[in-house]
Amino acid sequence: MLTGKMGESLKCEVCEEEATVHLTQIIDNHIQKVDLCEKCAKEKGVTDPSGFSLADLLTKPHIFTEALHQKLVCEKCGFSPADFKRLGQLGCPACYGYFREIIDPILSNMHMGTKHSGKVPSRSFQQVSMSERISGLKLNLEQAIEAERYEEAARYRDEIEQLGEVTKEKSDG
Amino acid sequence: MKSIRSLMEAKSELTHGSRSTRAIVLSTRVRLARNLAQYPFPGWAKESQKREILASCLKAVNALPQMNKSNEYLVEDLSNLEKQILMERHLISREMMQSKKSAGVVISGDQSCAIMLNEEDHLRIQIVRSGYKLKEIWKSINAIDNALEATIDYAFLPDLGYLTACPTNVGTGIRASAMLHLPGLVMANQMEKVVRAVNKLGIAVRGLFGEGSDASGSIFQISNQQTLGESEEEILKRLVNVLDSIIEQEENARQKILETDPTKFFDKIGRAYGILSYGHVLSSAEVMNLLSLMRLAVDLRLLPEGTRKLIDRALIESQPGHVQFAAREKIDPAKRDKFRARYLREQFAGLPALNFEDLMN
Repeated sequence: MLTGKMGESLKCEVCEEEATVHLTQIIDNHIQKVDLCEKCAKEKGVTDPSGFSLADLLTKPHIFTEALHQKLVCEKCGFSPADFKRLGQLGCPACYGYFREIIDPILSNMHMGTKHSGKVPSRSFQQVSMSERISGLKLNLEQAIEAERYEEAARYRDEIEQLGEVTKEKSDG
Repeated sequence: MKSIRSLMEAKSELTHGSRSTRAIVLSTRVRLARNLAQYPFPGWAKESQKREILASCLKAVNALPQMNKSNEYLVEDLSNLEKQILMERHLISREMMQSKKSAGVVISGDQSCAIMLNEEDHLRIQIVRSGYKLKEIWKSINAIDNALEATIDYAFLPDLGYLTACPTNVGTGIRASAMLHLPGLVMANQMEKVVRAVNKLGIAVRGLFGEGSDASGSIFQISNQQTLGESEEEILKRLVNVLDSIIEQEENARQKILETDPTKFFDKIGRAYGILSYGHVLSSAEVMNLLSLMRLAVDLRLLPEGTRKLIDRALIESQPGHVQFAAREKIDPAKRDKFRARYLREQFAGLPALNFEDLMN
């Protein structure tokens, strides 16, 4: 980021005006460069000191195309992958369960790992969201079997079993 | 409607808190993104749901002992100017300025803690301190989070952590950052190299470079990018390692300039002092650069340490919204530049002369 090159005027990748904001970020070990004019940089939130990630700008479209055809929808809030593509945000906490297939590759691109290893709320109402999560995974499992993607299906089956155990432990304790 | 005048007149962490031991760090900040389990995220929630979210969050936030002298503002009640001022003080985000209904912020008495409600997430808890205090801030913000969790059911999954509207924040929901003053690295043309190295470590450097110059007063915000896969302590540690290394490089860059070409520093600082003391038309961008050099002058002991407070306060009070507010009547940008120059002449009138003696020998 912030590689102001003097004497060489780059064009904004959105509107072709002269670019004055030059960003460089390493995402998933690849250097990503974007040149923007001040106006577009502002619109994209690049100048917002409270948070911006190049990953938002470069969210890979191919992840969505497949999901878009599946008519997947969050049963809790009615959010669809098309909404996600448009807004860059999810609809509700339950979406994380329903759109796991779309979200997982995004997360592994964007973060240091894919498993939470930080703080856990001591008083948590995980049961409800857990059952939502499991039903989302079951849906994925069915679809994977139907499409004969067995490796994927096995992964969902393991995950469902794992989550089932966690839920059981919780209710036992 | 509650006016923000009391907030403007009160002493606050960023305008009066300067007690930095490592001068290069202007301020440090941590924010946590949190959501209620049973509601859609603010961007997808219905208006009636947003009202319910706001009400239950306000109840929980106002019950916090840390917030017993707080002020609470609804964005729909604030004028554009008031929003701008809160934004210039880093108490609300740019995004929050755009929100229309059922969004608000609760700000602690000393303005070090701000909790935004119905921004991108249901709750955005933020603590900012002047100086280098990441550990202390984490302790305070963790305590607030624990207290809120006693009354709020957070959206959380064991393997994904805290669930957020945008997948960029999922997991710990933590964003920690420091504002660093790096005039040495900028003057030595080393910022590009630093940014490249730091990005490789998953740390972001923000700031705006207009026309390849240090238009932003050589002030950079350095923050973690990733929130999932590491614990909060690991994320903070990684950031601290990077910050320490940048601070060391800045110290080295300054030392090198002092040894090889000190006139480079002295001339810029002397001119800045002159313009701030005697200028009559000053834009906010120019003032940022000039005050940045005054801060460097304090670091180099050309000005007494006590001056730092005045400079840090002026950095905030010279911003357009603050100048407009101080003028107490609507003024256009040209008049603002005159008003700003007069304010700075007044601030600098009582300052001692620059003491070049010790460094010139």
